[in-house]
Amino acid sequence: MAYKILKREELNSQVIRMDIESPPVARKAQAGQFIILRVDEFGERIPLTVADTDPERGSVTIIFQTVGKTTMKLAGKREGETIEDFVGPLGRPTETEGLKKVAVVGGGVGCAIAYPVAKKLSSLGCTVHSIVGFRSRDLVILEKEFRAVSDRFVLTSDDGTAGEKGLVTDALKRLIEAGEAYDEVIAIGPLIMMKFVARLTKEYGIKTVVSMNPIMIDGTGMCGGCRLSVGGETKFACVDGPDFDGHLVDFDEAMARNAAYKETEAREREEYCRLLGK
Amino acid sequence: MPNMQKEKHPMPTRSPEERRSTFGEVALGYDEETAVSEAERCLNCRNPLCVKGCPVMIRIPDFIRKVSLRDFEGAYAIIHESSSLPAVCGRVCPQESQCEKTCVRGLKGESVAIGRLERFVADRHNAASSGQIEERTRISNGHKVAVVGSGPSGLTCAGDLNRLGYDVTIFEALHVAGGVLVYGIPEFRLPKEIVRKETDELIRNGVEIKTNTVIGKTMTVDELMEDGYEAVFIGSGAGLPRFMSIPGENLKGVYSANEYLTRVNLMKAYLPESDTPIRRAKRVAVVGGGNVAMDAARSALRMGAEEVSIVYRRGEAELPARKEEVEHAREEGIVFRLLTNPKEILGDEHGEVRAISCVEMELGEPDASGRRRPVEKKDSLFTLDVDTVIMAIGTSPNPLIKSTTEGLVTEKWGGIVADEDGRTSRPGVFAGGDAVTGAATVILAMGAGKKAAAAIDAYIKEKNAK
Repeated sequence: MAYKILKREELNSQVIRMDIESPPVARKAQAGQFIILRVDEFGERIPLTVADTDPERGSVTIIFQTVGKTTMKLAGKREGETIEDFVGPLGRPTETEGLKKVAVVGGGVGCAIAYPVAKKLSSLGCTVHSIVGFRSRDLVILEKEFRAVSDRFVLTSDDGTAGEKGLVTDALKRLIEAGEAYDEVIAIGPLIMMKFVARLTKEYGIKTVVSMNPIMIDGTGMCGGCRLSVGGETKFACVDGPDFDGHLVDFDEAMARNAAYKETEAREREEYCRLLGK
Repeated sequence: MPNMQKEKHPMPTRSPEERRSTFGEVALGYDEETAVSEAERCLNCRNPLCVKGCPVMIRIPDFIRKVSLRDFEGAYAIIHESSSLPAVCGRVCPQESQCEKTCVRGLKGESVAIGRLERFVADRHNAASSGQIEERTRISNGHKVAVVGSGPSGLTCAGDLNRLGYDVTIFEALHVAGGVLVYGIPEFRLPKEIVRKETDELIRNGVEIKTNTVIGKTMTVDELMEDGYEAVFIGSGAGLPRFMSIPGENLKGVYSANEYLTRVNLMKAYLPESDTPIRRAKRVAVVGGGNVAMDAARSALRMGAEEVSIVYRRGEAELPARKEEVEHAREEGIVFRLLTNPKEILGDEHGEVRAISCVEMELGEPDASGRRRPVEKKDSLFTLDVDTVIMAIGTSPNPLIKSTTEGLVTEKWGGIVADEDGRTSRPGVFAGGDAVTGAATVILAMGAGKKAAAAIDAYIKEKNAK
């Protein structure tokens, strides 16, 4: 099978947006769900969360950061070219029913996943406060899109070059302290960010949902590679998640597991870079 | 005159030393002279018990007779009437507990090597025709049937329905067809090229295979029916891995056998050009005693491990794996730690596996399964230094279809409830294979696919007669 790249756009130096042609996935996918793709015949299967869909055009938007060999290969594909495999939508959609006021917290490329959730909540009439954080100005993505669906928008950066200087947890804490009463906080970003958001909201007793993105192969419950400890129970992110109660997730274990192939990945990335003469 | 030699002709195999470092096939197959001589051992019984032992009822003495007459294509045609996957079954069927078990030659000596002959015939056909079978003129009857899953039950069901004139579409979740034949069973036992030839043949005969389509997610069973499929066969297998729920199972270096085998087989992690990473394990413990445990252990060895142990809580006689697989594993140097049960997996400061602690067991009274129940020996705790643990203690049916198909009745443990012919609680929805029985064998799944195909044919005919 081959799936066409209908559109390719660089959001910043490391993050790329692509629209992939897949009418069945475009018809079905909801915010919070993910797809699995394979770039070429010997490529690995990687999960990426659905950033947007256009059911009429039959396209699915993915946004990814180039971190390893596979994402570099993917980034090297141009508009009109194809990738080998694309399957989904997998996982459960983010639960949005009955929510009246939500803080959506996004970090880095995780904002690509936080955005469709904010958009969906907004379309359902929910009050949305978006707090998004990046390392610096040049890495900011989707600012305009977030503003359009948020009742309140806070941009933070580690170095102060964009929005306010500081972490998303600082901004979230300030809003909560100022009396904003959220039904729920939805946090999507690096594991370390989600861990600290969950730690903060626990103090205030605010329900917090996090979106996990562990190592996966099939995405249908078959390999168990994506297992996590949630409230002392083993869960499979691919079929039980990817959303989980942030107050119950064992983030330290998840961080260790995500680093399982760090050395291999670093080596492969380097070899691939050398191959490309970069 | 039949050949009255008491023993089967032995299967030529690669030497154990060579096997340790290659994923090339272990069993090399009979040559023509050996096959003919073996075929001459068949007495061509008037009431052949072997056929009754075969879940898909291949006319065994008839095909063997063709082999003895050197009419190999004729032999293939006979097998192919009953089985869509002869090259696969000739390799992975547990013949010793089926057709060969009841062979009269087994009373005084060894049974006829039916499995080896089946493999010979299929390989010979595949080599001679280079995969090309004469075009069958299939006339479509205009009725559409959907098959969920392209494992042994789905391929068989699709093959039979296609032959009856149905327009069959198989929906497969992964990126290649074959199910457990491609993600589970390793290359050294079942070369993937063989599976591909079998699926290609189905495609050539008019079956459509849609990969990358997860029924229950991309589409539901109900949507298939709305799309005009008059019946749906669910052959989604038992792919959900079980863990032991012991401490340390989420450490880095603990795999389900499914994950380990999928990385090696489906994703080809043993080839340098594959992008899929895998641990370069040195000391491996594989927990479990079935065929999957043997496959995982032998794969780990071929991936370069120095010591691989099978850790199994019962004894030698209770090992559920085929005897041949256990023998092959032993020859290759797999260590069997029987009557041993893991209690905890121990990690280092980086969260990596460093050891597994186990207790010794002894066998007590028989349990519900009739096997003697293992009980812990007092004060027998010990640790085994390993860097990788592979859990091969069984799998359950995947819940994706159950949870998205209203009115489909399932067992508590997840199996779909279906009658002898595969009829489920939903009219028009049939199921078979591991999705119904829980993890079992390739040939039983094929038998179920075959029965379901007949039942689907009857169901659609009856429905349209009204």
